[in-house]
Amino acid sequence: MSEQTVASPGAVSGTTEPSVDLRRRRFLTGAATVVGGAGVAAAMVPFLSYWQPSAKTRAAGAPVEVDIGKLAEGQMMTVEWRGMPIYILRRTAGSVAELAALDGGLRDPGSEVDQQPKYAQNAYRSRTPEVFVAVGICTHLGCAPTFRPDVAPADLGADWKGGFFCPCHGSRFDLAGRVFKNVPAPTNLLVPPYAFMTETRLMIGSDAEAQA
Amino acid sequence: MNKLFQWFDARLPISSFWNAHLSGYYVPKNFNIWYFFGSLALTVFVIQIVSGIWLTMNYKPSAAEAFASVEYIMRDVEWGWLIRYMHSTGASAFFIVIYLHMLRGLMYGSYKNPRELIWIFGMLIYVVLMAEAFMGYLLPWGQMSYWGAQVIISLFGAIPFIGPDLALWIRGDYVVGDATLNRFFALHVIALPLVLLFLIGGHIMALHEVGSNNPEGIDIKKHKDADGKPLDGVAFHPYYTVKDLVGVAVFLFFFAIVVFYMPEMGGYFLEKPNFIPANPLQTPEHIAPVWYFTPFYAILRAVPDKFLGVMAMGGAIFALFLLPWLDRNPVRSIRYRSPLFKALLAMFVISFIVLGWLGMQPVTPLLTFMAQFFTILYFGYFVALWWMSKNEKTLPVPERITR
Repeated sequence: MSEQTVASPGAVSGTTEPSVDLRRRRFLTGAATVVGGAGVAAAMVPFLSYWQPSAKTRAAGAPVEVDIGKLAEGQMMTVEWRGMPIYILRRTAGSVAELAALDGGLRDPGSEVDQQPKYAQNAYRSRTPEVFVAVGICTHLGCAPTFRPDVAPADLGADWKGGFFCPCHGSRFDLAGRVFKNVPAPTNLLVPPYAFMTETRLMIGSDAEAQA
Repeated sequence: MNKLFQWFDARLPISSFWNAHLSGYYVPKNFNIWYFFGSLALTVFVIQIVSGIWLTMNYKPSAAEAFASVEYIMRDVEWGWLIRYMHSTGASAFFIVIYLHMLRGLMYGSYKNPRELIWIFGMLIYVVLMAEAFMGYLLPWGQMSYWGAQVIISLFGAIPFIGPDLALWIRGDYVVGDATLNRFFALHVIALPLVLLFLIGGHIMALHEVGSNNPEGIDIKKHKDADGKPLDGVAFHPYYTVKDLVGVAVFLFFFAIVVFYMPEMGGYFLEKPNFIPANPLQTPEHIAPVWYFTPFYAILRAVPDKFLGVMAMGGAIFALFLLPWLDRNPVRSIRYRSPLFKALLAMFVISFIVLGWLGMQPVTPLLTFMAQFFTILYFGYFVALWWMSKNEKTLPVPERITR
């Protein structure tokens, strides 16, 4: 073997092996890592996006039409929209009038948090005072709150004026779906987009009022 | 026959592996009953893999068919009820064995230097096992499956900013639905078991690198004979393989009693509302997770704030990961530690059990207060341990194993 001079500063001196250019090797290793890493990152996109709701699932979110003609005062009905329970409640004039008196014990009495369409950001959280529409999913951890219209029942206390009680973790909401203080749920119940097609026909999932 | 073996051994490290991990792997001679639970965990893992594979042969992972297919396995498939009860009992047995295995680690300081990495691997196994059990519980598509999954996935929704989108991404639908069930099935039967297998491999490899701790917390590698074998150790095979087999036999005896005579365990192993098909429009009156999750569930409910509740729940698990560094006392075994340490560990175990009970109860103001109290005690263990272990008065640890 012939003597060789060491060219690169990082190479081990005094060997008879061909000189190793470590800077060049580091550069190639780094460049290959960056390019390969970018490839792996790009390949992750389809694998992660695969988990998103499919086109079929998104299409199933189409609005549903509900007949509320038979809904009596103080009654609640449940319909399904996007697989979620939608509560439709016809409140009595008396219970609507009582809503304002509860403001002091509520977390967000004025509906400041964006949990409703613009037209429902009012004292009743609804388009009309009587008919209340909300997604029946507790804003805490997703249970379906129980409709408890009874006033001052033994298990909910003397101050209970009717509302929604979540059996999972004890969150309480009033008849406008407004959350009380000192319960785990952070926000008011979500009001979905909805519109009146006629006096007795509701469209859930669409904002557009029918042109009369 | 011998020639055939030699042909293979020259091409595959059979005898060297056998020697390194079984016949030539030395283990302290003083293992007590607490040291059975590692091999028992492995036993349950095998039971779950085998019974699980058999269940997939008739289970249908779709929202429309899942519930009925489980009932089909229970009623119409030959011996289907046995395979299914083995799998459902195995899930609870896994956690019983793992919790006792972890308590052993807490008592004898098995997480301490040089075994920190074994503990980390073990904790990762525990976390993946919880995910595995949670996803498996959705598959029968009963009311408790459904609403349990709805609640647990919503926990991710509490993360600021990305939370709601993350929860939607996990579900693949606006609520728990067919898409969720189908992907949980995929994760439950292939992805997570594979991860578990790798983690168990890492756990055992790390263990065999440094060797087992023992009830005395004494390092047996300090005193070796002329051949370099620990004086206070015995070969894993045949001594502990045979001993562990006896443990497996005793375990299977109790396991069979549950499988044959009390597979529902009074609603603790299989909850009663889960015999009603999932109904996305109605939450059961009282929902509670399966018993092995209830301590953390109680912590979640104890905090009257959504985000902080989720943080406390996550923190309760994460704190365990830090134990090797929170416990600053080099003495391993509880036998040579101070009365204060013994009291703290007792407090920790009691809070864990009481929280587990509280997590099964409906919410009342008194029980919520109790949950808050025991949550503080639970976290108090970690804080107090860090504080007291620095200058703890311990007894002298013997050089050799004498008892």
